[in-house]
Order: sequence, then structure tokens, then C-alpha cells
Amino acid sequence: MTADAPVVSVRELTKRFGTLTAVAAVSFDIHAREIFGILGPNGSGKTTTIRILCGLMAPTSGGATVAGVDVVEAPDAVKSRLGYMSQAFGLYKDLTVEENLRFYGGVYGIGTAARERIPWAMETMRLTPAAGQLAGTLSGGFRQRLALGCSLLHRPPVLFLDEPTAGVDPAARRTFWEIIRGLAAEGTTIIVTTHYMDEAERFDRLAFLSRGHLTALGTPPEVRRAFGEGLSLEDIFVQLQEKNG
Amino acid sequence: MIRERLRSIFWKEFIQMRRDRATLGMMLGIPVIQLTLFGYAVNMDVRHLPAAVLDFSHTQESRSLVQRFEATGNFRLTRRADSYEEVLRLVDRGWARAAIVIPEDYARRMKRGGPAQVQVLVDASDPAVSQNAIAAAQLVGQSTNLEIVSSLAGPLARSVPPLDVRVRPLYNPALKTALFIVPGIIGVLLSNMLIIITAMAIVREREAGTLEQLIVTPLSRTEIMLGKIAPYVVVGYVQMTAVLVLGSILFRVPIRGSLLTIYLVAFLFIVASLGLGLFVSTLARTGAQAIQSSFFFLLPNIMLSGFMFPREGMPAFAQWLGWGIPLTYFLQILRGVILKGVGIEALWPQTLALVAFAILFFTFAVQRFHKTLD
Repeated sequence: MTADAPVVSVRELTKRFGTLTAVAAVSFDIHAREIFGILGPNGSGKTTTIRILCGLMAPTSGGATVAGVDVVEAPDAVKSRLGYMSQAFGLYKDLTVEENLRFYGGVYGIGTAARERIPWAMETMRLTPAAGQLAGTLSGGFRQRLALGCSLLHRPPVLFLDEPTAGVDPAARRTFWEIIRGLAAEGTTIIVTTHYMDEAERFDRLAFLSRGHLTALGTPPEVRRAFGEGLSLEDIFVQLQEKNG
Repeated sequence: MIRERLRSIFWKEFIQMRRDRATLGMMLGIPVIQLTLFGYAVNMDVRHLPAAVLDFSHTQESRSLVQRFEATGNFRLTRRADSYEEVLRLVDRGWARAAIVIPEDYARRMKRGGPAQVQVLVDASDPAVSQNAIAAAQLVGQSTNLEIVSSLAGPLARSVPPLDVRVRPLYNPALKTALFIVPGIIGVLLSNMLIIITAMAIVREREAGTLEQLIVTPLSRTEIMLGKIAPYVVVGYVQMTAVLVLGSILFRVPIRGSLLTIYLVAFLFIVASLGLGLFVSTLARTGAQAIQSSFFFLLPNIMLSGFMFPREGMPAFAQWLGWGIPLTYFLQILRGVILKGVGIEALWPQTLALVAFAILFFTFAVQRFHKTLD
């Protein structure tokens, strides 16, 4: 891989469920250290795209590589090259913060690296004061950062965030994005879906999906210009949603 | 790497088990409760039935006949009646469950060599209760007859009665119900608990959204499933051991056959039950649904497997349904090994059936489980 080679490369990606086309010939590249937003109303094909990129689902046609791995040919290998954090956070509420980290470390097979990665996650995610606390008793912000920590223990070059800030208070959201920008600066490529357009405004680049089609691709100002002067990202989002409904 | 991943799930599963007080209590408490409840309360060998006597004869002969009835241990003479109406009233009201009516000419006829008639009324509203009493009454009649016949035949025949049928109850000579029930409890408990607990463990992860998270990790579907299920094999063995130990302490259930055989065959049964649990988890979206769908499998287990009701007494259709339940075979194996002391050589058809069930249920459930992960 050369320095400029994209970390994620999506080529003519198509997924059909029966007669419904969820993703229609979508192509884009994502480069190292980018924070890349995939935006669009519900049913636009975001989730399907991400599921294919995570190796959970095979596309009908087209393909993609993530961190140098072909997701069609090696869907299992791709899983150890990425981190995934969902809206549901996927934490065990009856396990403590530390136990959750140990569990996910084990599941990613990080072995003895756990001795150094778990303290790293505790510190970077600002979890130390809650180390022995059951995850179920954590506040939204702590829970979110713990989930993030769990998904990064195996040093994935690519991180998927699926509506990561839903239901989290503004202060915790700010802390969260600080951490994410820090990760990007250190070399992680970050792919985000979100419904908060103020957050999307600060991403490096965006892809707008509507009914499975890629309708805009570029930096936030480029996307805004593509839809017409004077429109905010929020206006664009609402427009697309109305067209969908 | 695979070992590290599986170990992590086991470890997590056991921590969760330990922290979930309700489930833990259910896993350890229910074997004890079921054992004592079934072992002590379910008693089908009814003895000492309260009985009334109406003796019109008032002779040495009639008193000796009453004593014979009492000596069987099946009748406890609690009341003396003075009229037939009184006898009927006592039975009607349930104060006596049986009555012995001896006519006035009893002794006279006996001395002449018969035929004398004695009437025994038995409250047969509960067949299980009445059977023993009826059998005992008939036995009293037969043995009395034999004695009379042989005494009439003279000294030569007295030492050799014409026919002497002796029944020797095998395996459970005291005919204690507990001996029959306790091995059954092992089977019922294993299947019922494993189906519910496995289904709940998986449904809980789905409800919490953690199952979705696990799928994105390098864990394969098979690893997820094995990791979720294998800890409950351990739970199954712990429960089984608890019932065996308590059963032999509380009810003196002898273990005549090889424990190793029981533990080995139990594995097949546990796998089949886990398969059912896994299957239930694919049907249910919530914990409540999981429990409800489990009951679909639990009732036939108790009714049709021969755990409580003898399969021989069932109509052909119910017997035929019973062949479709793994517990039916496992019970025969458990009772065979524990009570009869036989080994696998006598029980291979049942063992083969369990192998088939284990493979069938498990592969089917695994396929369904994999599909629900997509």
C-alpha cells in the first residue's frame, strides 16, 4: 500500500433484496486519517453499505476493500481489521468496565497485548474512575466511551461508528469527538453514520445516500454547493427525507 | 487464538451466571425443590387404606379373616359398622376408603367347606389408590382358600399346596415410588432447565444488542454458539450430580449400574436438550416468549415420556408421540442403569435413539441460529 492508496475502496457496490435495490452501484474511496460520514435518511442504504463493508453481508455485485482486505473474498479476515461501535453499544451490563474490556480483548484475540491495551483504553477513554463499576450503572457518556474502548483494543486501522452519539448529552458528545479526532490524527480511518448534521459539518468528507444511490460526495462545503447555495446540511437531509417518503 | 476467543466467552458466561441471582437460584434451587417435592409427595404405593368392618358373623373365623386383611398392610381398620347403610355412608363421606362385609353365615359355611362369601367394597374413584387394595383383597381370599383346601386334603398335601404362585418384585422389592421417580427427575430436570436457560441466555444477548456486537468481531458463528452453549453442559452435569447425591441420601436410591455410563449417555441427552433450547431462542424475541415456547416442550416431557404415567397405559397415539421425545429414551436408560444395574449392552437401542436426536436437533437448531444472525 502506498501512502496515497485509499484505506477503504468501494467499487460499484450493489445489493438487492428481491426486487428492492438497497444499494445501487455506489463507489467512493476513503483515505487514511479521514473522518468520513455516510449520511442519509432511514432506508437510504447506509446500514446495508456498512454491513457489507464489515463483512456481515455479501453484495449482489461490485466489491470493496477495507484495510487491504477484499470484503467479498475474505469477509472473516476483514473483521479483525476493523472496529465497530453501534448505537446499542453492545456492552454487558452485568460485567464491570474492566471485565467488558477483558472480554472484548479476548474475543479479538489480542493475547498478552491486553496487559498494555486495557490500561490504554481506560486512560484514553477516561474510564479510570469507573473501572470496577458495572457497565449497566454507567451514564450514557461513559457507556459510549467504554464501547469505543472495547472496539479499539485490537488496534484496528478502520473504525466504524454507527450513530455513536444517539442519546448522549452534549458535554459527553464533545468529549467523544475530541477522542475521535485524536484517533484520526494518530492514523485511524473513521467512518461514521449520524443523524446530527452539526456533527457532520465537522467531518472531513461526506457521502449522501438516497434510496441506495450516492447523491453527493465531498467535503461539507462541496456537498452544500452541490445541492444549491444557501442550504445547510440539515436542509439537504430534510429534502432527501421528504423525497424518500 | 480460537482457544482464547472461546475461553473469553466461557469466562464471561460464568461471570454473568454468578451475578444473575435469580437464574443462579433457579439452577441450583429447582433441582433440590423438585427432588424433595416429587420424591416425598408423589407416592403411588398407597398402603394403610382406612377401612371399615361390618362383621355379622361375630365368630373366631370372621375375626381371623379380618386379621388377615390387616396383616397385608394395605388396610387400616379404623371403624366398625353396625349396618350396611352405615358402611355405605362411611365410604360416601370418605371416612373409609374400603369396607369388609362378612355375612352372618360365614363361619358356618366355612366349616362345611364353603362356599362362603365375603364382600370387599373399595372406593375406586382414584384407580391408583384402589388397585393395591383390590389386589390385596384378592390375595387374602386366595391364601385363605389354599389353606382350607390343603387342610381338607390331609397331612400329605398340607406340606405341598396344589399351586403356590410367588411373585418376586425385581429391582425395587419394597415397591417404593421414590426409587422410580428420582431417576426420572434427573431427566426431566435436565431437559426442562436446559431448554429454558439456554433459550434465555441467547435471547438476553439479542435483547441487549450484544449479539449484534459479537457478530462484528472475528468470532465465527459456530464459536458464538459453542461459547454460549458449552457452559450449560457444565450446569447440566452439576444439576444431575446434585440430584444423584441427594437422591441417594434422602431416598436411598441405589446406583446399581455404572455412573460412567450415566454421565456419558447424559452428554447425548444434554446436547439434544441444548439443541431444543437453541431452537427456542430462534423463535423468541423476548425472554417471556422464550419461556412460553419452552413450555411447549416441557409438558409432553412430563406427560408422555413415562416420567409419571406408565407409557404402557397410554393409547397407541400417545405412546407413538412419546417415541418422538428424547426424554422417553433417556428415562429408560436412567432407570435401567440406576435401578436395574444394566449396562449399555442392554440399552443400545435407546442410546442410538439419543445419538440420532442429538445430531438431528442440534444441526437443525444450529442452522436456524446461523440464519437468525444474518
